[in-house]
Amino acid sequence: MDEFYTWTIKETAEALRSGKATPSDILESLCGRVRAVDSKLKAYVNFDESRSKKADFIKAKPLSGVPIAIKDNISTRGWETTCASKILKGYIPPYDATVVRKLKEAGAIIFAKCNMDEFAFGSSCETSCYGPTFNPWNTQCVPGGSSGGSAASVAADLAVGSLGSDTGGSIRQPAALCGVVGLKPTYGRVSRYGLIAFGSSLDQIGPFTKTVEDAAILLGVIAGHDPLDSTSAPADVPDYTQAVKKDVKGLRIGLPKEYFIKGIDPEVESAVRGAAKKLESLGAKIEEVSLPHTQYAVATYYIVATAEASSNLGRYDGVQYGLRVPSSDLVEMYMKTRCEGFGREAKRRVLLGTFVLSAGYYEAYYLKGLKVRTLIKQDFDKAFERLDVILAPTSPTPAFKVGERLDDPLAMYLSDIFTIPQNLAGIPAISIPCGFTKGGLPIGLQLMAKPFGEETLFRVAHAFERATDFHKKRPAI
Amino acid sequence: MKYEAVIGLEVHVQLNTRSKAFCSCPTEFGAEPNLNTCPVCLGLPGSLPVLNERALDCAIKVALALDCKVAERLKFDRKNYFYPDLPKAYQISQYDMPLSYKGYLVIETKEGEKTIGITRAHLEEDAGKLLHEGIKDGSWVDYNRAGVPLLEIVSEPDLRTPEEAYAYLVSLKAILQYLEVSDCDMEKGHLRCDVNISVRPEGEKKLGTKAEIKNLNSFNHVRRALEHEIKRQIEVVASGGKVIQETRLWNPKEEITVSMRRKEEAHDYRYFPEPDLVPFTVSREKVEDMRKTLPELPVERSRRFMKDYGLSRYDAYVLVTEKGLADYYESCVKEGVSPKLASNWIQSELFGFMKARGLALENIKVKPRDLAGLVRLIEGGTISGKIAKDVLPEMLDTGKSADEIVKEKGLVQVSDTGLLERAADEAVSENPKSVADYKAGKKQALGFLVGQVMQKTKGKANPALVNEILRKKLG
Repeated sequence: MDEFYTWTIKETAEALRSGKATPSDILESLCGRVRAVDSKLKAYVNFDESRSKKADFIKAKPLSGVPIAIKDNISTRGWETTCASKILKGYIPPYDATVVRKLKEAGAIIFAKCNMDEFAFGSSCETSCYGPTFNPWNTQCVPGGSSGGSAASVAADLAVGSLGSDTGGSIRQPAALCGVVGLKPTYGRVSRYGLIAFGSSLDQIGPFTKTVEDAAILLGVIAGHDPLDSTSAPADVPDYTQAVKKDVKGLRIGLPKEYFIKGIDPEVESAVRGAAKKLESLGAKIEEVSLPHTQYAVATYYIVATAEASSNLGRYDGVQYGLRVPSSDLVEMYMKTRCEGFGREAKRRVLLGTFVLSAGYYEAYYLKGLKVRTLIKQDFDKAFERLDVILAPTSPTPAFKVGERLDDPLAMYLSDIFTIPQNLAGIPAISIPCGFTKGGLPIGLQLMAKPFGEETLFRVAHAFERATDFHKKRPAI
Repeated sequence: MKYEAVIGLEVHVQLNTRSKAFCSCPTEFGAEPNLNTCPVCLGLPGSLPVLNERALDCAIKVALALDCKVAERLKFDRKNYFYPDLPKAYQISQYDMPLSYKGYLVIETKEGEKTIGITRAHLEEDAGKLLHEGIKDGSWVDYNRAGVPLLEIVSEPDLRTPEEAYAYLVSLKAILQYLEVSDCDMEKGHLRCDVNISVRPEGEKKLGTKAEIKNLNSFNHVRRALEHEIKRQIEVVASGGKVIQETRLWNPKEEITVSMRRKEEAHDYRYFPEPDLVPFTVSREKVEDMRKTLPELPVERSRRFMKDYGLSRYDAYVLVTEKGLADYYESCVKEGVSPKLASNWIQSELFGFMKARGLALENIKVKPRDLAGLVRLIEGGTISGKIAKDVLPEMLDTGKSADEIVKEKGLVQVSDTGLLERAADEAVSENPKSVADYKAGKKQALGFLVGQVMQKTKGKANPALVNEILRKKLG
């Protein structure tokens, strides 16, 4: 039997359309792969083989019969959605997230829910109540996070494509660490309706895929204005697959000096600089650029994101759904439920967020954070006045060892040092494979564009992909 | 020492939109618990709010009617606190940039009109409701009301007495009814009031320490709670004590306020901008268009009633504070009857009979045209006022017109002087003592004789005519 599970979205959809394979061929092949491999990776928290039989196969639809895995913080009607948190165990949404509805309407089969850091709080996929996910390239390493399950599933051929969410790098960093393509769209490009909120002003849903073209296909399906999300943009959705047909001649690409700093892994730096050279050889113009407020991004992020998170997580109080620890009075019920239901990192962020919003501290922290956020955004606005794309590493290091940073929150937070400014600014950014370390771990290249500049990202990313072989390499698992 | 009270009111008005503030669930009252809910108003994970434009329109109308400035940008904030009736653990409200601010409301007091400043009016969502009755362990929650749009209207501390607070509420309710933005049904909780109250020695400029009394759901409770609280605070201050800043609750059964929480126990609501609702510009054109289409408001109407219909200030005020009543009155006047007489008949007789029968204006059988018919008969001398008082209750009971009743019962007023002369002669000859009294200067004896004539004509005699005839006869 053909190894259908190794196919891309494009290949799968074409095979299904032409009758070369049936949806159940594809799904059976994938399920076999999941059974063989996922016990080592733990990418999925929920997995349903029977989904392919339920789905209607309509040839005319763009993703008909294509199996897609979904991060467990995206609501699936009638299917447990937990954010990998004990506090949401047993919660079954009565509605589909808009992206899930769109995928289903496009014919996709949603057959698995991916592991993640609890409530997307983390950069290693270790804070999940289900336990960690492991990196397919080296199972002693983390897959990155928070969308670690979504990244690992695509890297290990457990899914043709998957969705994750990105609040401060949660798509791009695991994509880099797992050697796949991961896109964080412009804030407002994809509806957040049904995405269980972490930092509402930062969260975006985006695709994980094996190729840039696949990312363009998947984004085309999930993007667009949603009347149920006031923050979704009314802008038209272009045909992103057309963008990959263009070359990069004459495009101006900037290398921000603040992203090539001390402490960055030398192998990462050389791979990323090598990628810039490659693009230059393809006709792009490379220049240095400065984004002077970059150094304040992590601090700002941990004020804004935790503030929003502390409010967003208030509803997990044991009243309506999820965990309730029975108690004799109301306040005790709240305290016991939240104490038992939330993990350490969730508690840490709720406390931080509560603190920065408290009377007497609001101005010093939250309000100041908003001002710095504006400055960071202005850095990008200014840079994109003359640049088409900004190029940088996705993560300062390749995948690190499981457990290595779990007790050192600051080290963990710095994993996202290069992927946080884009969320604060609301701009799109993509991570694609650009090399491997001597130890065989993937390295990610990050490309950023101005708001709604996804087409430019696809164009540059695809040109690079076509000129290199990094995306073809598969983990030996 | 004399003390004065300083009072400010916060009124929560339920706007009468068909759907909730941030989702499309119906707002109807009395549905089965939790029937009118969806992922958004239940605050289910991942759900997002979308503003109901109609709620914004209602709020802008009120703002304009209160002569408030309307904010350029509409921004919402989250007010965070834990309570089982609050499904998201925050209420979507407006904090530092309310929809509208700096307006005023004119109220009617014993001393005449008084202007009360409006600090702000902002949009927010209601919470659900806890059910305790008949439930053994714990409580149940009904989220039907969660997400219903509210307008919170905050007054300046310009009120000085419980009566002024009451008048403020009456005037505010009238405006809301005129704008048709709220059903103002107190029993359904459409108007809820928090009061801020402090006392200070008369002439003192500095404000005393205030207490807040929360969740008063009737105008009378507001008045009674204030009366009690003013007395309590004056007693504290007069005996050398200090009023404590705190939130108190009104116990209507015992007619006292009791402490709920002290200032130091007050919530820190951790307000911050609601990231799920993008701030947007409130179009100036829209605001100006809405200003132009505002209906006539109670104060203007009252002034017009005084000017056009010659009503007293009090009569006009009573008529305009209930929109339905003012409409009824005007329809009546449009039938061409005396505005003053119509006002008198509505305010004294019609009200009296309605009250006795427990009827509301909307469902009485006597329509404005019918009442005008009655007034016309009185004006034209066809029946006396006395007879009219017998006719009106029958109109209310049967729905027949005054004309019909008068005809059926032969109640037409007797103005036939021959007939009245004969009756007067009889009365004079039967009551010599009264005649003698009158002639001796006791003018009130005439009244007795008039009464005798009325009796003989079964009340149908034209009293003015009888008076005149008797006076002539007695010289």
